Amino acid sequence: MANDNQPANTPTIDLGAAVRDAVIASLVMLGLAIPILALKTEQNMDNRLVLEPRWHYVWIACALVFAVRLALTLFIWNRKAKITVAKGEQTPTIMSGLVRVLKPFSGRAGLLFLVAYPLLALWLVGPQGSIKWIDNFGIQILIYIMLGWGLNIVVGLAGLLDLGYVAFYAVGAYSYAIIATQVIPATFPELGVWSFWICLPIAGLLAALWGVLLGFPVLRLRGDYLAIVTLAFGEIIRLVLINWVAFSNGYAGISGIPRPSFFGIPFNASEEGFAAVFGLEFSPIYRTIFLFYVILALALLTAFVTVKLRRLPVGRAWEALREDEIACRSLGINTTNTKLTAFSIGAMFGGFAGAFFAARQGFISPESFVFIESAQILAIVVLGGMGSLFGVVISSIALVGGIEILRELDFLKQIFGPHFDPAQFRMLIFGTAMVVMMLWKPRGLVSTREPSVFLKERKSISGSLVKEGHG
Amino acid sequence: MSQTILKVEHLTMRFGGLTAINNLSFEARRGEITALIGPNGAGKTTVFNCITGFYKPTEGMLTLTHPTGNEFLLERMPDFQINWKAKVARTFQNIRLFQGMTVLENLLVAQHNPLMVASGFSLHGIFSTKTYISAEKLAMDTAVYWLETMGLIDRADDPAGDLPYGDQRRLEIARAMCTGPYLLCLDEPAAGLNPKESNDLNDLLMTIRKDHDTAILLIEHDMSVVMKISDHVVVLDYGVKISDGTPDFVRTDPKVIAAYLGVPDEEVAAVEAEVGL
Repeated sequence: MANDNQPANTPTIDLGAAVRDAVIASLVMLGLAIPILALKTEQNMDNRLVLEPRWHYVWIACALVFAVRLALTLFIWNRKAKITVAKGEQTPTIMSGLVRVLKPFSGRAGLLFLVAYPLLALWLVGPQGSIKWIDNFGIQILIYIMLGWGLNIVVGLAGLLDLGYVAFYAVGAYSYAIIATQVIPATFPELGVWSFWICLPIAGLLAALWGVLLGFPVLRLRGDYLAIVTLAFGEIIRLVLINWVAFSNGYAGISGIPRPSFFGIPFNASEEGFAAVFGLEFSPIYRTIFLFYVILALALLTAFVTVKLRRLPVGRAWEALREDEIACRSLGINTTNTKLTAFSIGAMFGGFAGAFFAARQGFISPESFVFIESAQILAIVVLGGMGSLFGVVISSIALVGGIEILRELDFLKQIFGPHFDPAQFRMLIFGTAMVVMMLWKPRGLVSTREPSVFLKERKSISGSLVKEGHG
Repeated sequence: MSQTILKVEHLTMRFGGLTAINNLSFEARRGEITALIGPNGAGKTTVFNCITGFYKPTEGMLTLTHPTGNEFLLERMPDFQINWKAKVARTFQNIRLFQGMTVLENLLVAQHNPLMVASGFSLHGIFSTKTYISAEKLAMDTAVYWLETMGLIDRADDPAGDLPYGDQRRLEIARAMCTGPYLLCLDEPAAGLNPKESNDLNDLLMTIRKDHDTAILLIEHDMSVVMKISDHVVVLDYGVKISDGTPDFVRTDPKVIAAYLGVPDEEVAAVEAEVGL
């Protein structure tokens, strides 16, 4: 982190110049505002045009420009000067400070919070209110965290830009849906309650297989070309699912997908149901809580595998591939296999998440696997800082949780009228957030890289040295 | 005469209509430093790219013989196997380090293949088995040995991109040596070094030749390096070998002088006839 105590680098704030600058800006505003805002033509009762003066708008606009310009000069552009001085070094900002403060707690305390979260929600808002918090916030965010971690292997570590990650999510979801609704009832109906646990690994393996199938032809491609082909692959999978009605039931989707059982005990109101077996009163909340823990375990598995693989030769080869592919080849690394492992392992976790998604929804259709999903997962990885697990968590909470929270802002209706729906602004907010991020932290929230091994001291590597990958 | 490690026979490389290397034959011997010199654009780096598998030669045969007697036909092998199986390592004219990884990580990536086998291709390595832990420790020892040899041990945990230029050059050589090569190909290792660093490089290359069973093939423009340390010099011009011998022989060869310095106008015809142009 940058040294704040560098007197030579602290620019002096010239208040006079700042005020002068702001006055000039507001004069420009005045010049613009007079023709645009000052006068309004209106038809009066006799159908004649009259001028209606609106000078108060002009004064408000000028005052606003003055204030904003002054504030920008004093607080924002002034700091930018400091950043330029400390080349390459990172200037602490609110967010990087927050990341630094939160990071040490992100491990054990974060885990403890996640484990306690459903019970906490249950205790705070009761069984009725907590379903929303556990399902819409907890499970939804965890699915995206898991997808983000899976894609992070491909994009963040191996540096292969994949715009069609949702294809593997779809492969996982449809694998589970089709095996559980058609194959298992037709062959081993007695295994019905176990279908989720049987299909989960199958869905992951099938997704990994598709990862390899996609990987082989695209291995020669780099950069933009790879991005386009993966994008096309994602669309092809979706179009096949729409058009091959006999296989996937087309637009209508697959419904009645069996829900996961508590290791053989179904969550229903029957005699053998979870509530009856454990002597509890039946409530749908138990299944929601159980689903929360299932996706938590799956996400943690993803994180565990990623952390472990980064310290193994294959993980180092992924990162080396991102840094310089030609050097990798000169060191005897089989780049084909290395890329394929990254693709297939990333795809496998996408498949697990897909199977979970199908089991949680009970219904899937190609609508759930559109390009915007891929874009959102990629945005989570890029926003979090490529290669950083913690960054993915933060950006998933911000992007997925932030959009969910828009639905909760009912009080805005009282300000903007009853037809105002903040959730409709989510794409606008999403886009603005991306633009702001690109300007302010182009390497994502966590822009440093942690070395996988060290001799004496673990030093974080500045993001400016780490490459984004080229293919 | 010592044993031949690399035998280049009738190597020709054409890019479309351009013949970058034309019917080149030479040998590099075990325990020797062979220098490949020539004016800019003579095709030296192309020879390297053919030997290390980055280009597939149009014609010719590249035979690598290990001290154990195993023979490898390099022109038939994919590039990563040339390093892994045939034990040929190289550096690049424009340094290609993994800049965002630490110095130590760079040296561990170079030991990818043995570590990959030790980790059971990650299948059991993921559970941190004893086999993998001990293999990784061995790899760390190799890395530390080379860091000490290069004087980079204090910078082991710094990102490679943060090192000064001369250190990056040495780290690239260390990284190539970590693959345990029998033939080390260095593409202009002294480019951009100051006279002291260039002297240190000479010592380093002599040490590698003396202490390790590694033959060195060198592309270099810095004649103080070439003449001082090489045992054998091959001179290329326009993709053709114009001279081959000891540094003293090459230094006085009129063809080499003509290629580097040119000849007086009145002698051009005579020299051209002699060179065969």
